Amino acid sequence: MSFDPIKNITSKTLVLPAANIDTDQIIPARFLTVTTRDGLGKHAFNDWRYDDDGTPNDHLLNQVNSPDYQILVGGHNFGCGSSREHAPWALTDYGFRAVISSEIADIFKGNSLKNGLLPVVIEKSAHQWLLDHPGEEVTIDLEKCEVRLPKNGGTYSFEIDAFSRHCLMEGVDEMGYLGTQNDAIAEFETNHG
Amino acid sequence: MPKTLFDKVWERHVVVPETAEHPATLYIDLHLIHEVTSPQAFTVLKERGLKVRRPDRTLATIDHSTPTLIDADGNRPFVTEQAEKQVSLLLANTAEHGIETHGWDSDYRGIVHVMGPELGATRPGMTIVCGDSHTSTHGAFGAIAFGIGTTQVGHVLANQCILMRKPKTMAIHVDGELSDGVTPKDVILAIIAEIGVGGGTGYALEYRGSVFENMSMDGRMTVCNMSIEAGARCGMVAPDQTTFNYLEGRKFAPTDYEAACEDWLSLASDDGAAYDKEVFLKAEDIRPMVTYGTHPGMAMPIDAMIPAAADEAEENALDYMQVKAGTEIEGLKVDRVFIGSCTNSRMEDLRAAARIMSGAKVVGDVIAIVVPGSELVKKQAEAEGLHEIFETAGAQWREPGCSMCIAMNGDKAAPGELVVSTSNRNFAGRQGPGARTILASPETAAAAAIAGVLTDPRVFSDAGEDPTDVL
Repeated sequence: MSFDPIKNITSKTLVLPAANIDTDQIIPARFLTVTTRDGLGKHAFNDWRYDDDGTPNDHLLNQVNSPDYQILVGGHNFGCGSSREHAPWALTDYGFRAVISSEIADIFKGNSLKNGLLPVVIEKSAHQWLLDHPGEEVTIDLEKCEVRLPKNGGTYSFEIDAFSRHCLMEGVDEMGYLGTQNDAIAEFETNHG
Repeated sequence: MPKTLFDKVWERHVVVPETAEHPATLYIDLHLIHEVTSPQAFTVLKERGLKVRRPDRTLATIDHSTPTLIDADGNRPFVTEQAEKQVSLLLANTAEHGIETHGWDSDYRGIVHVMGPELGATRPGMTIVCGDSHTSTHGAFGAIAFGIGTTQVGHVLANQCILMRKPKTMAIHVDGELSDGVTPKDVILAIIAEIGVGGGTGYALEYRGSVFENMSMDGRMTVCNMSIEAGARCGMVAPDQTTFNYLEGRKFAPTDYEAACEDWLSLASDDGAAYDKEVFLKAEDIRPMVTYGTHPGMAMPIDAMIPAAADEAEENALDYMQVKAGTEIEGLKVDRVFIGSCTNSRMEDLRAAARIMSGAKVVGDVIAIVVPGSELVKKQAEAEGLHEIFETAGAQWREPGCSMCIAMNGDKAAPGELVVSTSNRNFAGRQGPGARTILASPETAAAAAIAGVLTDPRVFSDAGEDPTDVL
């Protein structure tokens, strides 16, 4: 387990409103030759944040103090594209602990859940509010499965797989859980060749 | 109750059924691994003192970071030391754990999704995973096949299982007869344009109807490959005689082949099986397709006008691509052509491209590279003389690998260059920072190479003869 359990997160939001932000934007493929999972935060959204010569530009991601902005709000269908787990590794290393969108791609969502990055799919009106109010302090309450918006923005519930929620809140390790099923797996192998 | 193909294959692999509290534990028949998404998984195994549970159900190759050029001294120059180290680490990890690995000395080395089927390791009714989203390719054989992240690569190495909830199912029907010059790539681009780049999220797709029944295995693989570009982790085609003919005699084909085929036939969706969603397209409506934006859902018929942007993201995409709504996309000046990738690097693809390039020349300043999907494809293509057609035309004939599809091995376009590519993703910067990608069929890519501008390949359809007849 390489991340802290999550119960709730209260933080300002960093808003990247574009729809269909793909994994090549989150972490370009040329940074995938690493053999460890550390230190990718500096390359999160690399080609948005740096000029061709590597100089940081004035992109929002370079302007904020990342520990103050733990919630990333992305446009619809966030994280589409490849299965690279480097995407959530880069985002968590940058300092994000949650991603909110009106839709989050399946593989990215699964990878995020395994790395302490809470993916929250929220209804369109709440998503629109978040897009319209960047930088507000928002609470994601994993215990109650709700997002609380300030300034009369309202409270919205979200759905998350019960097991994933349990793992995030209790720090349960899925590999350890699979290990406890060893007898069932062995029996399956005996019966199915 | 009538069952779908997906239901039947899923049910065969449930070790522990899903409940409200827990996802299902699903057994994985085949785990394909490569250098990019496995190193951190092997590290976790080492940290925990775990072994690979079923090395015999694991197959490895090197494809993503590998060079596609061999220099004058016979060396393969890696783009960086780190890329070389990543490949060495894969070879060391698989040797340590006794995993069959198709490295430099193997006749089967290739893009992992080209290699699996060629070995007959991909078979109907299996569950197949790989740390690569284009694992959906293997669904062409009636397998449940999908991409996983590195944490799950670790789960499968250690336990041969993954935890997963059953996705919803979507049937995509394409009936009728495709017009001349319309290819499987055009079919899948038309489907993605129809359902949207996130339209398949949460679903397993099943491609149904006469178009897929009449399609070759190479074509079905092209279609299933791009399921993920609609957001679906997997896409399937029911196994039939075409499937059986393809697999017969391959290295891992079952010994009692007749019995196996009989079982595989039973996997087809039952009459009346219910899907969570169904989509219908008419074959006759599909024309050669190209993308014009920065995701695969922004696709259009090549002979149409570029559609207006639906939102700000699409506006930005048109700006990035330097194209204007309401204008023709044909005639766009082309800088590079890439024929390859797990989408379109098989024999049928290369033959199609060669038919168009045969006797023609790549226009002056266009750089065209042809990258076969595997050593087997390379060997067969050379036996048929296709490499000579490409080289005579002025295209480069490379060593197998992922190459410019993911552009992490050094094969890439320069900023601003327009690439007509047979690969699967046109995301901004995918083929190099600032590079502009147009996804298309091998025919359209070949036509772009010899015309120097984006061109409807049907212009050339009568001119080219089958190169295998010529030689």
